[in-house]
Amino acid sequence: MLALVIAHFAIAGLSPALTRLLGRRVFLALATVPLATLVWALAQTATIRDGGSVVRTISWLPSLDFDIALRMDVLQWLMVLIVSGIGVLVMAYCAWYFDNDDPSLARFAGVFVSFAGAMLGLVLSDDLLLLYVFWELTTVFSYLLIGNDPAKRASRLAATQALVVTTLGGLAMLVGILMLGQLSGTHRASELIADPPSGAMATAALVLVLVGALSKSALIPFHFWLPGAMAAPTPVSAYLHAASMVKAGVFLVALLAPGFALAAGWHGIILTLGVLTMLLGGWRALRQYDIKLLLAYGTVSQLGFLLTIFAIGTRAAALAGLAMLLAHALFKATLFLVVGIIDKSTGTRDLRELSGLARRMPVVFATAVVAAASMAGLPPMLGFVGKESVFAALLDVASTTGGDGTGIASYAGWLVVVGIVLGSVLTMAYTLRFLWAAFATKEGVAPAPAKPVPAGFAAAPVVLAALTLGLGFAGSGLTRLFEPHLALYPEGAHHAELALWHGLGLPLALSGIVVLIGVFLFVKRKVFAQFQALTSWTWSTERIYRNGMRSLDRAAVEVTGTTQVGSVAAYLTFILLVVLALPGAVMVANFSGSVDVIAWDHPAQAVVGAIVILAALFTTRSRRRLRAVLLVGVTGYGTAMLFLLHGAPDLALTQVLVETTSLVVFVLVLRRLPDYFTDRPLSNRRWFRMALGAAVGLGVAGFMILATNARSQPPVSDGFPGPALEFGGGHSMISVILLDMRAWDTMGEISVLVAAATGVASLIFLDTRMSGIRRVFEIPYPETVEKIPTAPGRRVWLPGPRTLTPDRRSIIFEVITRLMFHTMIVLSIYLLFAGHNHVGGGFAAGMVTGLALVVRYLAGGRYELDEAAPVDAGMLMGTGLFVATASALAPMAFGGAVLQSAELTFHLGPLGDPHLVTSTFFDVGVYLVVVGLLLDLLRTFGSRLDRQILREEREAETPAAGGARL
Amino acid sequence: MCTGPVGDPDRGDRVSANLTLIITASFMIGCGVYLILERSLTRVLVGLIMLGNGANLLFMVAGGPAGKPPIIGTAPTEEMADPLPQALVLTAIVIALGTTAFLLAMAHRSWQLNGNDDVQDDLEDAAIRQLAATDDVSDSHELSQEASAEEDAEEEVYEEEGAEQ
Repeated sequence: MLALVIAHFAIAGLSPALTRLLGRRVFLALATVPLATLVWALAQTATIRDGGSVVRTISWLPSLDFDIALRMDVLQWLMVLIVSGIGVLVMAYCAWYFDNDDPSLARFAGVFVSFAGAMLGLVLSDDLLLLYVFWELTTVFSYLLIGNDPAKRASRLAATQALVVTTLGGLAMLVGILMLGQLSGTHRASELIADPPSGAMATAALVLVLVGALSKSALIPFHFWLPGAMAAPTPVSAYLHAASMVKAGVFLVALLAPGFALAAGWHGIILTLGVLTMLLGGWRALRQYDIKLLLAYGTVSQLGFLLTIFAIGTRAAALAGLAMLLAHALFKATLFLVVGIIDKSTGTRDLRELSGLARRMPVVFATAVVAAASMAGLPPMLGFVGKESVFAALLDVASTTGGDGTGIASYAGWLVVVGIVLGSVLTMAYTLRFLWAAFATKEGVAPAPAKPVPAGFAAAPVVLAALTLGLGFAGSGLTRLFEPHLALYPEGAHHAELALWHGLGLPLALSGIVVLIGVFLFVKRKVFAQFQALTSWTWSTERIYRNGMRSLDRAAVEVTGTTQVGSVAAYLTFILLVVLALPGAVMVANFSGSVDVIAWDHPAQAVVGAIVILAALFTTRSRRRLRAVLLVGVTGYGTAMLFLLHGAPDLALTQVLVETTSLVVFVLVLRRLPDYFTDRPLSNRRWFRMALGAAVGLGVAGFMILATNARSQPPVSDGFPGPALEFGGGHSMISVILLDMRAWDTMGEISVLVAAATGVASLIFLDTRMSGIRRVFEIPYPETVEKIPTAPGRRVWLPGPRTLTPDRRSIIFEVITRLMFHTMIVLSIYLLFAGHNHVGGGFAAGMVTGLALVVRYLAGGRYELDEAAPVDAGMLMGTGLFVATASALAPMAFGGAVLQSAELTFHLGPLGDPHLVTSTFFDVGVYLVVVGLLLDLLRTFGSRLDRQILREEREAETPAAGGARL
Repeated sequence: MCTGPVGDPDRGDRVSANLTLIITASFMIGCGVYLILERSLTRVLVGLIMLGNGANLLFMVAGGPAGKPPIIGTAPTEEMADPLPQALVLTAIVIALGTTAFLLAMAHRSWQLNGNDDVQDDLEDAAIRQLAATDDVSDSHELSQEASAEEDAEEEVYEEEGAEQ
């Protein structure tokens, strides 16, 4: 069973390829899967008839009590036959309905067969949670199929409306299912029916489940989505919105009825809404001019009818329901397919334009007559058999004390009978209206030009009509087949049996009355239409839905307009105020009198702290960009000093390096920005910001004192030194933490660096970062510079400054560079390899190398930078990431865990026995990433901006050249 | 220096709060908050850096009293400062560099495009506020409203013709 469901989805995936190959005949290929399902289901007939079940259970999420539990009894078997059988026929029909050049063909075919799979899964699910999954899948596929033509606004709207309404019901149903599962400890339908929970909770759960069923089957008040869904192509209407999907609600009610028919609320809700829906659908069907909409309202009516029967809960009603279920699927699909044929061959579905088709399409007409007769309940069709049984079952309920074991009061039973009879009268009337509308020769209407109908196109409706006719004579056979399902109910007042002839009795009399009044209504249709127009009401649930959606939208706009003001500062203010109000209040409440504070660990801290505080204050007051940047640099260096005093030399080193790099980068960018900040008056807002800043600062201080005092356990790092040496192989615990214990953090960090560098490059370069690395020997020297012979073979150290104009050269910088560069490189290598046991590490080493490059750039300009590092920054970072990842994964090759470290010891004779920890390779990766980051920053903020400035200067010199500023 | 070694049984493992560091850090954070509420992106960035420095300093406070560098073999283990917050802060410092560079690039780009580096209010949000002020609905709703109007009109046609029949 599961394989069949999966096969539907699998072949759906092949749809695009098959469509390219077969064109619209792809439907025939895809129909093989539903066909296989049909054959499989037919092969199980004997088992099912003998009361057996086909069961398949796969444990899936036992902790949630959620299994893939499939089960096929009579009801499911019948649904499988309908879903797969009509599926095959409709797909065969599609092979003629669509055009080969329809661009949406592949998608439509794939979604259609997927829907068939989801529907199959739905009817086979025994686990209600699984059923819910398939239930929502059918909703989604239905959405896609209704909105098959996304260019049309009407189809988009109808699709959304159907989705919103049925999903709303579906969610209610999910809650109901979960509640039922909670109450009874199982989600299996078969177990729930056997031992239904009771009580107020169970009633609430049941009502929620019913909301889902009623919304799916388009009962009042959810009925409006179904006529809207007629925006879909006709095969979709025939399959989803007549034969299969809308039956899901009916199926669920039929499934639960044996266990829950006596539950509180069940009869009240379904019978009332079912009968009302039947009447409303029939009433509105008589007012339609579009024959497809006429059928759609007819479907709404029939769904109300079906739910009413299945909800009764007697053996006779269940039998009648199964017969009607089958009959409705057969005749309604036929009629929709007929409408599709008419639409295709005449180009219209408006009854005011259709005329004289009976003579032009005799076969189609005959088919429609058979199906319509079944719909109206005329002998010898299956619909007649079903309807007779319904009348008999309902009369039993109404006339037997105790409602034939259902507890339905006699007056209620009679009300249902009257309602169903009236509904059947309307059904008779709209059936005649349909036949007249589609086929009759009307006075004053020119006969519609009709294209001939290919035999294959008409095949599907003909087969369905033949079944409608043939099964009408198979009443006793059907009764025997349905026997195991009927056994779920107690024997009723009369023994029920499907048959064309029940003898003279009240049911037959009712059928006769229905036919007579129905014909009368049709003959007097003009008078009746006037009557309907007089009594028409403007109130509709669809309008409520629209107003609801409108209110939702309005509320969303108001809420968004109020809360989303679009200013970053406002958002930050809001966040900070919340921080102060909520955690801040808790903090103040917990502040006890005795706080344990010390002034300082070391008096020097106070001196440095005072400097930092002063610098911070002046930063906020500074109106020059450069001054603000320098002052914030002071706070940075001060922080580094405090780190050092605290016993964190690694941090101090890194902080100093980062601070220096930041300063350089800032200065490089600031040469492009205005010197002063935009001047703003000292407004109230500034006072407010000051107050907020002060409050946050105070709050942080309070939190910190509390948090520090709150510690009650020894720090986790107390246990670090031993393992750090033993497994990490390093004396510097910082390094071991970064490269071993918390190496994943470092991995994430270098990824962030690469992302940031890429972001910077794309913001500055805008098009490509491959700006081309140009070596000095490749460029023409400025005329002011004396040319010395340069060739690829000849190497000159520090040739870059020669490319600069004399006023930009700095002898001091050149001298410093000559002195410093090599020292810095050596230092960085030392830091890289010593980091594991001393101060240092990949970060610090990378920063030092980067600063060495900065020095080269400052001394010799952008060409000197390319001389110093003739590699692409992105390449460098990529290599770094690769090295880090490779060394992280390498231990797996030796049976270790990701990022595990090992010690390697070499014997190099006179050079000693250096020992190397494998995490050093990881650190090399980090080093490369950091160098790449700095190189990237230099290339963007340095070289690229140089070039932009130079271009602008040139443009200023030759104003005629003009051009856009980049 | 430190009033008691970590792990003193009398104090449990309570740590005294270092007031100097806390005040310094809080000051940086307060000034940082003042700056990041500005419109100029450069100022925001400066504020962010300062805020970050303050927060990093707080890690030191939370880590416990000052001590010797956490390098095994250079000092007794008990006298060392807690290495874990240090490692975390090391990561934070380097990430801050990436953030700084990125925001600077944004400031520069903003200056290129607008001639200033001010953070602008979101135009889309302003458009929504406009809708709210005029009691209007969003685009997504407009569709169904129109369709509803169309259908109502259609309904009327039906009724008229029904009356004629």
